[in-house]
Amino acid sequence: MSGDAHPNESNQHAGHDGDHAGGHGDGHGHSPYQAHHFDTMKQQFEAGKLGMWLFLATEVLLFGGLFCFYTVTKSNDPELFKWGHHFLDKRWGATNTMVLLFSSLTMALAVREAQLGRKNRILFYLAVTFLCGAGFMGIKYIEYSKKFHEGLFPGAYFVYENVIDSEEARIHEQEEAQLAHADLDLPVASVVTEVPKARGLVLQPATPPTGLSSSAQELEHGEETAGGHEADEGGHAPGLAIAPSHLPPGPRPANAHVFFSIYFCLTGLHGIHVLIGMGVMVWLAALAMQGRFGPGYFTPVDLGGLYWHLVDLIWIYLFPLLYLVE
Amino acid sequence: MSQPEMDAQSDSQAPTAPTVAVPVEAIGPSYLTITKTFTSWALTLDHKRIGVMYLIGVLIMFLIGGVFALLVRTELFSPLALITPLFADTIEAQADMYNKWFTTHGAIMVFLVIIPGVPAALGNFVLPLLLGAKDVAFPKLNLGSFYLWVTGAGFFLYVLFTGGLDTGWTFYTPYSAESGTAVIPALMGVFILGFSSIFTGLNFIVTIHKMRPPGMTWFKMPLFLWATYATAVMQVLATPVIGITVLLLILERTLGIGIFDPRNGGDPVLFQHFFWFYSHPAVYIMIVPPMGIVSELIAVHSHKRIFGYTYIAFSSVAIAIFSFLVWGHHMFTSGQSTTMNIIFSGITFSVGLPSAIKIFNWIATMYKGAISLNTAMLYGISFIFLFTIGGLTGLFLAVLSIDTHLHDTYFVVAHFHYVMMGSGLIAFIGGLHHWWPKMTGKMFSEYWGRIACGLVFVGFNLTFIPQFVMGSLGMPRRYYTYADKFEGYHQLSTLGSYVMAAGFFLTAYYLIQSLVSGKKAPANPWGGNSLEWHTTSPPPLLNFYEVPDATDPYDFENLEYDPVTENYETTKVG
Repeated sequence: MSGDAHPNESNQHAGHDGDHAGGHGDGHGHSPYQAHHFDTMKQQFEAGKLGMWLFLATEVLLFGGLFCFYTVTKSNDPELFKWGHHFLDKRWGATNTMVLLFSSLTMALAVREAQLGRKNRILFYLAVTFLCGAGFMGIKYIEYSKKFHEGLFPGAYFVYENVIDSEEARIHEQEEAQLAHADLDLPVASVVTEVPKARGLVLQPATPPTGLSSSAQELEHGEETAGGHEADEGGHAPGLAIAPSHLPPGPRPANAHVFFSIYFCLTGLHGIHVLIGMGVMVWLAALAMQGRFGPGYFTPVDLGGLYWHLVDLIWIYLFPLLYLVE
Repeated sequence: MSQPEMDAQSDSQAPTAPTVAVPVEAIGPSYLTITKTFTSWALTLDHKRIGVMYLIGVLIMFLIGGVFALLVRTELFSPLALITPLFADTIEAQADMYNKWFTTHGAIMVFLVIIPGVPAALGNFVLPLLLGAKDVAFPKLNLGSFYLWVTGAGFFLYVLFTGGLDTGWTFYTPYSAESGTAVIPALMGVFILGFSSIFTGLNFIVTIHKMRPPGMTWFKMPLFLWATYATAVMQVLATPVIGITVLLLILERTLGIGIFDPRNGGDPVLFQHFFWFYSHPAVYIMIVPPMGIVSELIAVHSHKRIFGYTYIAFSSVAIAIFSFLVWGHHMFTSGQSTTMNIIFSGITFSVGLPSAIKIFNWIATMYKGAISLNTAMLYGISFIFLFTIGGLTGLFLAVLSIDTHLHDTYFVVAHFHYVMMGSGLIAFIGGLHHWWPKMTGKMFSEYWGRIACGLVFVGFNLTFIPQFVMGSLGMPRRYYTYADKFEGYHQLSTLGSYVMAAGFFLTAYYLIQSLVSGKKAPANPWGGNSLEWHTTSPPPLLNFYEVPDATDPYDFENLEYDPVTENYETTKVG
């Protein structure tokens, strides 16, 4: 017995040009990576693969609870999402989508190189995949920190007033400190209730001082002409600047904080998975450094790849559901 | 054919021609004695040792959960505050003490005893043996599952020693979002135990798919494997949902994310949907593996081929499928739409079909069988009796109009105790007796075993039949006091719980005694023909001295009792 060291047929061809260092070859003796309780490498590989698919099923169901949260909230309150998505920057979201899609490609190439046993190329592609993950998290960091600055926290910590404050602060600087502190202290609730239909409602206090009012009109004007994407351009963007596109049309829904709950739950859990995936890349790279992978044994890379693709796939759903929902 | 000594490390392809193993004799040390250090147990990858460690853990938790059950029952002996004043001064604190007791009892019994009991403890030990395999597919993951279980149990013990939990094991919102007790550690415990359960299920699915021995097709598997497989599918597909549910509840408590708590804009009924989407399958996770055990018990101890093998196998799968479609029957009175109620009610009724199929097939198996009334078999018969009551009263509750009356009464309490304890735990204990000689290599006292089984059976019915009556008379569940007219029923119920406890303590006594002074167990004391009886008791580290070939697990024709060795010997090669 003990012959079949090949996980599957296609790798038998690949076996000839591999420079695998593991000492596991074609058809004689045990692979050093075969566990004692498996009869063949093929059985071991198939068991690992089935186990990984089952694990991915549990991951889908884990996220399924959150998608259910999303669906229930959206069907009860569709306006919430039309309002909330203005706070998410489509350009960052799209960039991250491209980054992850590209990383899926490099991950697939890493699996291919592992099957061929080309150590340096495995390491290269794993490194690129890792860097893509890091880039993704970097962009998420930018997005998150902006929201944290604005007070757009999930749930009870949600302070929409900060958006108003920071927006006013920006205008304040822009108008060269014409506004008195009394204006900044206007009660927000009255602003919201008294001018419910105003665009960029928070910019129009009940008795707007001239400076603020004109700047608000400017903003509206800019938004209409430039499609709401004049974000940070125009050289008037201090630290806490909020892009006009962030100020959604229409009044703030009563459960505005729930949108950010959903946003942070979904992207947060996804981000944790990206971080775990990056850890997996490091682990795989460590194994690859030892020259473990070749035509006879590449299971860890294959399974790590499956995991990484699932993480990508979840983002593919998150991007339109959160950023492009309108 | 003699039994050649095998180098355990070298595999050999089993011959394809069917052979029947001859009397098995130990050649080397057993899995229990091969190494003796603490780390050789704590870091073992051997499924048998992991199973034994699970078993010890589960039984300890069973003791703790049982003590809380006795506290609850003792308090309810009288409508007056009876023993809570020992722990709290004001009436409010006493009432809350009672709430903590029944919550602790429920949470420990569900999450730490019944769910892991059969699959993780007995299943871990038996499953690879039934497959003739050396181990489960992922031994390290298996050990990881065990330590996740230990961690989860640690969280529950932490909750216990920091003032307890008073939300009920169901953690219903909005109360669980505002209760001052240690809800978050308890939820963390549930989350971690969930992953323990998932990894066990995942391991079993892969093991059954990929590691069956030559010749064992799906329909030649012992029925316990079918039950374990169906359970594993439920574990893998349902448990992640409770994982995310408890995470969301933790976030609701800490951040107020507005999903389950109406004060934050959430929906408490959504929590019930999330919770029962897991917890209804979980109920079947608790009952299907015991059904698998009973299939083995009834066939082996009746010495007769199981009747309706295919039907029993498929009924396990059918229960697994139905399990995902009936969660709404927990919310008939929660404001669910009438249409939903009718649909869930209808599907709930259909669960009765596969359950009844099993019952009828077990009875048909016993018909004209050569029944040995061993302790294990007595538990098997008890299961059939108690599960029939538990299952049929479930149909009462599936009727919308009747459920409106019975919802949240002791009728429901009695119903799910008949299913989860009277069936699930009884079969677990039956399976424990069935495989005890295989696990420990020792025979226990059948005399005391039968007496203990009788005590448990009588005590159980005495405890819960009065609860059916008072439930239908309107006694609501989860109250520390009650109207005077229920006093007699409660007193009967409390007495029953003491009788049952006496039975369990007696069981603990003679099982522990068997470890000390029990007779040495033969390889096949009951006359089973599935593969675990074709190795020594206890088995060697790698389970078999010779890679076994698939046997027909329900062919008892060739087994003959040898009164000298008290073993069932294979008489002829078939």
